[in-house]
Amino acid sequence: MSTIALPTPDGAIIARRREIVAELERLVSEGAVISDEEGRRTFETDALTAYRRLPLAVVLPASTEEVAKVLRYCHDRGIKVTARGAGTSLCGGALPAEDTIVVGVSKMTRVLEIDTEGRFARVEAGITNLAITGAVAEKGFFYAPDPSSQLACTLAGNLAMNSGGAHCLKYGVTTNNVLGLKMVLTSGEVIEIGGAHLDAEGYDLLGLVVGSEGQFGIVTEATVRILPAAEGARPMLLGFASSEAAGRCVSGIIASGIIPVAIEFMDRPAIAVCESFAKAGYPLDVEALLIVEVEGSEAEISTLLGRIKEIAAPFEPTTVIVSGSAAQSAKIWKGRKSAFGAIGRISDYYCMDGVIPLGRLPEVLTRISAICGRHGLKVANIFHAGDGNLHPLILYDANNQGEADRAEEAGAEILTLCVEVGGCLTGEHGVGIEKRDLMRVQFSDVDLGLQIRIKTVFDPKWLLNPAKVFPLDLTHGEAA
Amino acid sequence: MVRPATDWELRGMIASLAAEHRPVEVIGNGTKRAIGRPMQTAATLTTASLRGIPLYEPTELVMTARAGTPLATIEAELAARGQMLAFEPIDLGPAVGSQPGGQTIGAVFATNLSGSRRIAAGAARDHLIGIQGVNGRAELFKSGGRVMKNVTGYDLARGLAGSWGTLAVLTQVTFKVLPYPEIAATLVYPGLPDDIAAELMCAALGTPYEVSGTVHLTAALAQRLPDPSLAAAGQPLTLIRLENFAPSVAYRKDMLKQHLKVYGAPLELDYAETAALWSALRRLVVFPYGETLLWRISTAPRNGPKVVAAIRRHMRAEAMYDWSGGLVWLEAPASADAGASDIRRAVAVSGGHATLIRAAPEIRASVDVFQPSSAPLERITRGLKAAFDPEGLLNPGRMYAGV
Repeated sequence: MSTIALPTPDGAIIARRREIVAELERLVSEGAVISDEEGRRTFETDALTAYRRLPLAVVLPASTEEVAKVLRYCHDRGIKVTARGAGTSLCGGALPAEDTIVVGVSKMTRVLEIDTEGRFARVEAGITNLAITGAVAEKGFFYAPDPSSQLACTLAGNLAMNSGGAHCLKYGVTTNNVLGLKMVLTSGEVIEIGGAHLDAEGYDLLGLVVGSEGQFGIVTEATVRILPAAEGARPMLLGFASSEAAGRCVSGIIASGIIPVAIEFMDRPAIAVCESFAKAGYPLDVEALLIVEVEGSEAEISTLLGRIKEIAAPFEPTTVIVSGSAAQSAKIWKGRKSAFGAIGRISDYYCMDGVIPLGRLPEVLTRISAICGRHGLKVANIFHAGDGNLHPLILYDANNQGEADRAEEAGAEILTLCVEVGGCLTGEHGVGIEKRDLMRVQFSDVDLGLQIRIKTVFDPKWLLNPAKVFPLDLTHGEAA
Repeated sequence: MVRPATDWELRGMIASLAAEHRPVEVIGNGTKRAIGRPMQTAATLTTASLRGIPLYEPTELVMTARAGTPLATIEAELAARGQMLAFEPIDLGPAVGSQPGGQTIGAVFATNLSGSRRIAAGAARDHLIGIQGVNGRAELFKSGGRVMKNVTGYDLARGLAGSWGTLAVLTQVTFKVLPYPEIAATLVYPGLPDDIAAELMCAALGTPYEVSGTVHLTAALAQRLPDPSLAAAGQPLTLIRLENFAPSVAYRKDMLKQHLKVYGAPLELDYAETAALWSALRRLVVFPYGETLLWRISTAPRNGPKVVAAIRRHMRAEAMYDWSGGLVWLEAPASADAGASDIRRAVAVSGGHATLIRAAPEIRASVDVFQPSSAPLERITRGLKAAFDPEGLLNPGRMYAGV
């Protein structure tokens, strides 16, 4: 897995490494610059581990002011910067280069303000996703976006990638849950967008910045929406003899007017692996399994799950299990949320993140299995069924270079298929380096040209998170 | 009036306007033409002939519509399948002298207008998942798509929401829809002063009962409600809406009443009364067209009453508070500067922004209609304008001078 081209680093910058490190050390507090090779090694990759580049230096600033000083310094000297949260990106979004400074926000984790009446929390961007909910849970509130890596991933990374999660069917993704940002521009200038009020003034800069993959600036603080927690929640399991029946059941639930808080789909290979890991009570004799979760009071939950059972009946589910306890619910979710880890224990895997219209699910699953079969690879599928976000996990042996390259080829074919049926290349992981060269499958050169002009508005010298998002040939001129 | 019927025709028209350096006013059905800074344009371009619904997939909660399709057509189509636009787009038309119900779906997204349910369901921009349009360079471009989750490339769809036609002419929009609730009810708390009402509204939204609308009207505005019994009360009214399946609404209403019992015993409105009331609020029925000024102020929810109290030190003002006090529709007597400096100073203290929705053209020409930005944000705004529309052809100056 190494077929993605990376630009040749700038030898002149690398030659000045010692001097640059010394200057950075003068700008920030003691210990914030990591320049030894062992220390830098930690930052050479993210969760797309097949690609590794040792950065020139790493800075872990403690404040917005320090981030601003570092960016101003890099801007004045034409040094590239890759921003980093926790390094959980699956698409190489935080991959550095040999001539690049990594600016990590992981030391900026403070909760600055919690206002349950105004339903917002103001936090530093290096806080982990789960710690936001942790900070407001005792007041009966939570922060809604819940990516699977929420224990580790930072809000900064969530903002960069516009992360989603299993529960975004009801609560939306990151961009729907952010009210304001403090961001350092490449020039070192600090800007504030929005605040504690709804709908920031002027052009929707929040909308543009969220999902810009660290290419517009470095966000150091955010005001996020917090929501009162539901009285209770309970999942049910529905097993089906075919993925088509499961897909039609999802359509049936939604057509009935019920929007469950989550509808997760797993195919047979995914069920087997997750069950052996989590012992969640998943049925092993079905082709497709749905986890459907609803929220409310006890009575409301029973009513809704009863209705869903009735809706499911015509699709002849072979398994219908309603969670009977909090412990069982936790196990059911543990199985799903640890799916990637569980599969990782039995094989190396390549996690894809396409999105498809729900109605095309059976056809897409058949074609994915044909694509992987042709490459001699196995695949397990996990699907946020309510919003069409498909995660095929292509299994391969990382020690076998040929197999690893075939996994990458199969992945590209699968994503091209997602676009062909009306979907898109990435639902929540981002483009990074991984899908950069597939952007032309989804966008025309006019579309990409417009995005490139917008990038140039925020970062005229193209110093921030280079070699991501756009095919390299489109950005050579700008990045030079 | 230029009326392109296809994207290609629109592209050609913008190309010729660009060649002649002729700026153009961009409209849908023109119901909001009286909002914004007055423009000097040589031509008017309407999307009204770009009509139709190429895609509606109720089981995927998604619809694609041509930008000039009337909102009324969209909502009728959705209602036939028990669905709706959950952000409840507000209709500014009647308040600025246009017929109600006239706006196009493209304009709804171009102005990011959301109604009371925004507090629970998100704004128009939160429901927009894909766009197609032509920018000032006569380029036909797209962003997003027809699926709910999409982080492929930058989020230009959201970037264009609320840009009032100054960056591009939308030709097609794809958006998320949601089921219409089975039933709805409203709790009406009479007689509360503004600050206590905001406290009540915030308390209601802090419960797990999924309140879907919170509005407080000063006594003078409550008297303008079409419902005679509400209008006759002669008191300020605080309105709390619940929507859901019937058993849920019954249960949550009881829980909420208990939770809010320190604010007194509410009147209750049934489904039909609730539907009529909130549909009237959606048309800003309490602000009939007239000489008075109308401002729209967004601030943190608890700060709404503070902002209004500060403004009232300088002028008479009536207020409708939506979004649990965070959105203030403020009516004030006409004045030379529309009260802009006093109003914006009051907003600056609490944080947020103010937009002048209704004023005579000569006033809108001389005061900032949209909230002025900080210097760096203004630079970014100008940069974005240049990225989309370098010649300044599209709605030039409608939001900000020179943009």
